[in-house]
Amino acid sequence: MFLDKLFKTPKYYHHDGTRHSHPHTHGSNEGSGITTHKSGTREIKVIRRVLDVNEQMAEQNRKLFTEKGIFVLNVMSSPGSGKTTTLEKTLLRIASQIKSAVIVGDICTTNDADRLAVSGVPVVQVNTDEFGGDCHLAAHVIEKAAGGLNLDDIELLIVENVGNLVCPAEFDIGEDARAVVLSVTEGEDKPAKYPLMFRECEVALLNKIDLLPYLDYDKNKAVEYIHQVHPDMPIFEISAKTEEGFDPWLAWLIAKVKGKAGIVE
Amino acid sequence: MHEMGIALQIVEIATASIPPDAGAVRVEKINLKIGKLAAVVPESLRFCFDIAVKDTPLDGARLAIEELPVVARCNDCQTQWIIKSPAFKCENCDSGSLEILSGRELDIESIEIAEEDDHVS
Repeated sequence: MFLDKLFKTPKYYHHDGTRHSHPHTHGSNEGSGITTHKSGTREIKVIRRVLDVNEQMAEQNRKLFTEKGIFVLNVMSSPGSGKTTTLEKTLLRIASQIKSAVIVGDICTTNDADRLAVSGVPVVQVNTDEFGGDCHLAAHVIEKAAGGLNLDDIELLIVENVGNLVCPAEFDIGEDARAVVLSVTEGEDKPAKYPLMFRECEVALLNKIDLLPYLDYDKNKAVEYIHQVHPDMPIFEISAKTEEGFDPWLAWLIAKVKGKAGIVE
Repeated sequence: MHEMGIALQIVEIATASIPPDAGAVRVEKINLKIGKLAAVVPESLRFCFDIAVKDTPLDGARLAIEELPVVARCNDCQTQWIIKSPAFKCENCDSGSLEILSGRELDIESIEIAEEDDHVS
């Protein structure tokens, strides 16, 4: 019985065996939110999403970006899939027609920011070790990073998330769309192993297709796995190195940016 | 991998949920619902939680985790089913247009607090 357990709990007794007394009373009217009485315990309803603070901040970000007519793309992948190279090439190709900026997250180093800056667009590097070595970018980090950008002069904000196929999928940052980069040097079954990521993203980029002749990679199998997890998910087969397959990807991105700007006009 | 951050968030929410009139109480249990599709590993979360509660009003509290299945409903034929393997297609009509009804939860349902009874039994 619970009370027996409670009475045996040492912290409820002084060493001389006397019990603590507390100043509060145990009235029958316990106030709102308290729904259950059990012997010696009461259950207090909370019913809150654990990440609601992040979600509220993400909504604030989304509202701000929408007011400014900025399309925000959250790009995620495992480490080494070619996110940075893909974005470097993407920015070089579109920067003349779309005013772009990048927030790039890494646990350490500014190497990616240095590479992306070559395209001439504003880049903010976020090192998550300042925030506890996080494995993802959270909404408050984006809010802070966006403060370093002139939002009135941006149409496209690309967020290059920390390389990780698990955690970033759980954290809304106030983006409009999410894209996942998968490379052909990884296992074909990655989508099945990380279903949340592939469910949460709107499009997938299958990168490094220039390497296909040298690999035993079964591309159809990879596509099958992606569509098993996310039926009809658009897949752009690209090579960030050779820029093969970039046109449909850029067309998708530009249409999204124009669509968002159109909402404001 | 972010279980420590989640554990700290749970500690914050649960601590704030202790009624101010409750006096000195011991939080026995925190009831949590975690969907199978949430990016949280219950075992890691328990491990982090035990560290995160140190020197807080929740010290000694237990995490009771209810894992919720991934339930989907087909937008075309309205079939409702539990997704057990990562295949998100209607088991009845093969449609890929579906709504996830549950499985993404990461919610604190309630806390249970133990109080000393003023009446000696």
